[in-house]
Amino acid sequence: MLTYLRRSAAQVVFVLLGIALINFFLLHLAPGDAAQVLAGESGAATPEYMEALRRQFGLDQPLHVQFLRYLGNLVTFDLGYSFRQSLPVSELILQRLPATLLLMGTAIGFALVAGCSLGFLAARRAGKLTDTVISIVALLFYATPVFWVGIMLIVVFSVILDWLPVGGMTSVEANLSGLALVGDVALHLVLPAVTLGLFYLAIYARLMRAAMLEVYGQDFVRTARAKGVRPRRIAWRHVLRNALLPIVTTLGVQLGSILGGAVLVETVFSWPGLGRLAFAALFQRDLNLLLGILFCSSVVVVLVNIAVDLVYTLLDPRIELN
Amino acid sequence: MALPETVSLPPARADFRDTTVGRLLRRPSALLGLILLAGILAMAAFADIAFTGDPLDMAGMPLLRPGEDAAFPLGTDMMGRDLASGIFHGARVSLLIGGVAALVSLVIGIGIGALSGYYGGRIDRALMRVTELFQTIPPFLFTLALVAILQPSIATITAAIGITSWSGLARLVRAEVLRLRNSELAQASIILGASDARIIFRHILPNALAPVIVSASILVATAILTESSLSFLGLGDPNVVSWGGMVGAGRETIRTDPHVAAIPGVAIVIAVLALNLLGDGLNDVLNTKGERR
Amino acid sequence: MSDPVSSEPVLAVDGLSIGFQTRRGLLPAVRELSFSVRSGEMLAIVGESGCGKSLTALALLGLVPPPGRVTGGTVRLEGRDLLALDEAALRRVRGARMSMIFQEPMTALNPVLTVGEQIMEAILEHEAVSRKAARERTLALLERVRIPDPERRFAEYPHRLSGGMRQRVMIAMALAGAPAVLVADEPTTALDVTIQAQILGLIDELRREQGTAVVFITHDLGVVSRYVDRVLVMYAGRKVEERDTRDLFAGPLHPYTRGLIAAQPRAGAGAAGAERERLAEIPGTVPALAAMPPGCAFAPRCPLADARCVQAVPPPRRAGSGLVACHHAGETHAL
Repeated sequence: MLTYLRRSAAQVVFVLLGIALINFFLLHLAPGDAAQVLAGESGAATPEYMEALRRQFGLDQPLHVQFLRYLGNLVTFDLGYSFRQSLPVSELILQRLPATLLLMGTAIGFALVAGCSLGFLAARRAGKLTDTVISIVALLFYATPVFWVGIMLIVVFSVILDWLPVGGMTSVEANLSGLALVGDVALHLVLPAVTLGLFYLAIYARLMRAAMLEVYGQDFVRTARAKGVRPRRIAWRHVLRNALLPIVTTLGVQLGSILGGAVLVETVFSWPGLGRLAFAALFQRDLNLLLGILFCSSVVVVLVNIAVDLVYTLLDPRIELN
Repeated sequence: MALPETVSLPPARADFRDTTVGRLLRRPSALLGLILLAGILAMAAFADIAFTGDPLDMAGMPLLRPGEDAAFPLGTDMMGRDLASGIFHGARVSLLIGGVAALVSLVIGIGIGALSGYYGGRIDRALMRVTELFQTIPPFLFTLALVAILQPSIATITAAIGITSWSGLARLVRAEVLRLRNSELAQASIILGASDARIIFRHILPNALAPVIVSASILVATAILTESSLSFLGLGDPNVVSWGGMVGAGRETIRTDPHVAAIPGVAIVIAVLALNLLGDGLNDVLNTKGERR
Repeated sequence: MSDPVSSEPVLAVDGLSIGFQTRRGLLPAVRELSFSVRSGEMLAIVGESGCGKSLTALALLGLVPPPGRVTGGTVRLEGRDLLALDEAALRRVRGARMSMIFQEPMTALNPVLTVGEQIMEAILEHEAVSRKAARERTLALLERVRIPDPERRFAEYPHRLSGGMRQRVMIAMALAGAPAVLVADEPTTALDVTIQAQILGLIDELRREQGTAVVFITHDLGVVSRYVDRVLVMYAGRKVEERDTRDLFAGPLHPYTRGLIAAQPRAGAGAAGAERERLAEIPGTVPALAAMPPGCAFAPRCPLADARCVQAVPPPRRAGSGLVACHHAGETHAL
């Protein structure tokens, strides 16, 4: 356990260093000096502010000193100031993070439950009509861009059927609180979560089907059949548990991509999370904010991956932490 | 159970049916993928002939429904731009960016994977750390930041997608190279004193080709999706028409004219679907060892 | 060893044929195989890999994996033809009246379930007993197969156990329903020599005490010679000889059997570390299923083969304590 923690700590440090380096590189890649980049290019900042920035970042110093300063700022979670939003970047990010985590968590939960169920069903009916239909649906979702799914769902469920809100996280006009607020948020969450989830649902359905079929071919399944275990029980107890292992691994690998998908979904549904913040930063050329978001989301990915590792060790008794 | 091995069948005639292409064509899903892909390639090739003039120019009445005016079979958007023309010209951009971006990540991925797997030790550890880093940074956000900083153009978008999507491939190639490096053929070449480059390029990489080809088709599909997502957000090359950008423009009118956003989306789905079908087919055909159900 | 006259056989296989369904038609893998076992009796089915012995073992429990399938014959367990049962009825037989242990103890146990859970499952799937009662019985079974510290092992996952221990767990699992027949498919092949002897001794002891009939599948005649009552030798899907063990070793009638016996290392030779040393090899290999010769399948490798052998499959003939299928039966002393 200790070795494991030490190794993950080393991994976190390395990833943070790496991202810092990449961010620093990106800042210098942008046209203009870093102060201009940081302040936002369209000259909205005052000359005094620019001068202060230049001094703060030590732009007169050699590159490696600049990098060390930058690193020092990151370590203290000082991600700079967003001139556009008139707030420190870290504060902006912390404000928006919960909404994104809620969206991602719901979407992943939906994708896991529905995807694994469909894959499970397809594997148990392998070669039959159910399997074919599920495989085709999964293939289609897998090929469909999330932003387009979002728009089409809005057209059907908000515009035509008028069942669900078009976007946002809460109904602005109604000043709700307590349980009513939870219900309202849940209602707003349905379409974005489904939109983000469908692509991953397709992945898990395909993966689950393949994993189940592979596990079905293993010796211990034959043992279970030889001792007279019912087919249903074989599927649930023997095959499913083993087939879930690759799913968990994949989930860890895909976290970053899910976060990227969240940017698109939040844009489509005006969901007030990190993604929309990134989108705003993009168009206001608030690069400091954008890079801060990139940094923080990478940190989230690393941390959640460690959690996924821990879950894996619970599911697979063969893996021990070290 | 050593049973299946005993079922050795007499060798069949080595004719076209048994070549990779022949076996691919006999799979209905792979065949469908090839046909769809050929259709999109044809659209890209004949875009200028079928639709003269800039697809970004106003061509007719705005917001024509599909079929409303025979001159615009798929209708027009709120700026009066011909959707059919956009779809044809957009195929070019999608295929170009998808193809070249995949090529970029193939080069990086194969390079890093091969070096890492072949040399092992400290080089391997260092390169794998970098690969892990690139797997950790959310790829789409990374691409977004790169494109935003470099200013969107076909070249920067292609480079950004290529730079951010090679990590999975590098791990795959590394695993294959590790496996092949210890094969008798590679060991024999090492003993015979062949140069590292020769061993890697002559003996190892050609044998690792099958999984790489499969991932290449998936890489192109993913690159097309990423490109469409970028242009949907407004980070496409402003000088060319792109399917994602068309969906983005169509968002404005989904309440009244949802077809403007719907139609280019269908084009993206078909292109990505075609490549995925092809990838699945190639996987089944090339990976004969894992296919003994 | 077993009661000679006593009863009807508990397991009677008659005319069992198994084939592989391929694109080019049905390839027969086991042809017209008949044998029977009585309670408390141990029968060995011996042959090289690919002779159809493992397939036969799976067919007894209705577990032949596709594309293989049983194409004919009957498997009567306690008078009931198992091949005529539907899957649900067959399931109630498996693990209850007839159970099976496999070659690879490493992969035959589910890695994510504890040893205890897996044995208990064999009880709970067939009997309406409480979990507590099933647990008690499982602990008794673990003790029965001499696993030390059953309480602790009960909660352990398979990867924590050695190969020999896992095979003991498999045996405990197979015995959970007190079956009439135990099918053992090369249960010792993957184990060290000393562990092999322990496991064999355990199986032998259990069948004596509980009267379980044992069908023991192996490629290694020497391993089982001390324990089994009768030996059935298979070659390319057919029975070529079936005799009481002592008679078989005293005077093999089929040239293939003779080759198999000659290929065993002599007792004591193993001490020199040359346990796999072949004293006499049988030249050639088993013919492929798709390229089966029209006559005796062993003819291409047989020193006694003549024109008759190449043309006609030799029918099984009664010979002393058993059967032999060879045109030249009894001429092996000439070798």
